Amino acid sequence: MTSNQTLFSYVLRLADDHLILSQRLGEWCGEAPTLEEDLALANIALDLIGQARALYAYAGQVEGRGRDEDQLAFMRYERDYQNLLITEQPNGDFAHTIVRQFFISAYMDSFWRRMESSKDEMLAAIAAKASKEVTYHLRHTSEWVIRLGDGTRESHERMVEALDDLMMFTGELFEIDAVAQEMLQSGVGVDASDLKAEWQHTVQTILQEATLELPKAGHMQTGGRTGRHSEHLGHILSELQYMQRSFPGLTW
Amino acid sequence: MSEAAMPLWEVFIRARNGLSHKHAGSIHAADAEMALHAARDVYTRRGEGQSIWVVRSSDIVASDPVDKDMMFEPTASKIYRHPTFYEIPDDVGNM
Repeated sequence: MTSNQTLFSYVLRLADDHLILSQRLGEWCGEAPTLEEDLALANIALDLIGQARALYAYAGQVEGRGRDEDQLAFMRYERDYQNLLITEQPNGDFAHTIVRQFFISAYMDSFWRRMESSKDEMLAAIAAKASKEVTYHLRHTSEWVIRLGDGTRESHERMVEALDDLMMFTGELFEIDAVAQEMLQSGVGVDASDLKAEWQHTVQTILQEATLELPKAGHMQTGGRTGRHSEHLGHILSELQYMQRSFPGLTW
Repeated sequence: MSEAAMPLWEVFIRARNGLSHKHAGSIHAADAEMALHAARDVYTRRGEGQSIWVVRSSDIVASDPVDKDMMFEPTASKIYRHPTFYEIPDDVGNM
């Protein structure tokens, strides 16, 4: 791989993380427990879409084959998507959605802050904007984790279940493959493996306040970065891509 | 969601430095912190805010509409309270 191909791949997978998670959160629109939370989740989804757009546009530019953000977002096959598996997991109940978002926001908060000092100016600029947004996502989901964990017996039990269900997708957050390694060495990428201790500290501090515990790390699922997905991604894509597949090149 | 678990809060937004907080609307939230989040998410989506106040609706003491005449009518005849009887020297410029 040339270094340009590596950069393309690195930016593209980040974009995929944000697009798929955003699509998931968007499924709550009109369905959330309260009007206030409906807007809160939609706001987070829109922040993520904004980040995804900036990343796809940059990826297309790096690739240099004339693909724009829409083509990258909508016109690829399932196996070409390189998003983390946790981002495609179903919304489940509100506890599952909150835990998923909390795990990812805690990770992305550290990730973007480090990316701000990337040697790649575009990634550094995207990071500077994104880190303000994700700090709020982390704050908002943390407050929910505390209230649901330390809330009623039912909300506590649902949180325990959500933590158990999603824990196995957190190992992938800290994996380093050849692409990430090369980006790290060239001063462009972030050392994801180095974020683990910080993530655990952030998550555990909140969980403790919520009278919850981080489940023991058992078998970890992996495969998103190489296009091996759970059964959920295909269904997400069929909805996400419908418009562009039916009317290629459609614009607003 | 019950009113007891998610009481009503009034939201006040300050749009810019130098302006005062203005009533924007109301939201339901479990406590003060969540009320601030809800106010932010519902009322500042288009860059409306620099600062937010939230206050429990039940903590607001309001005048009784029945007392309207007693409270406000007497000021109607006291035109001399308005600062409109002064000549403003040109040097002062805009006040």
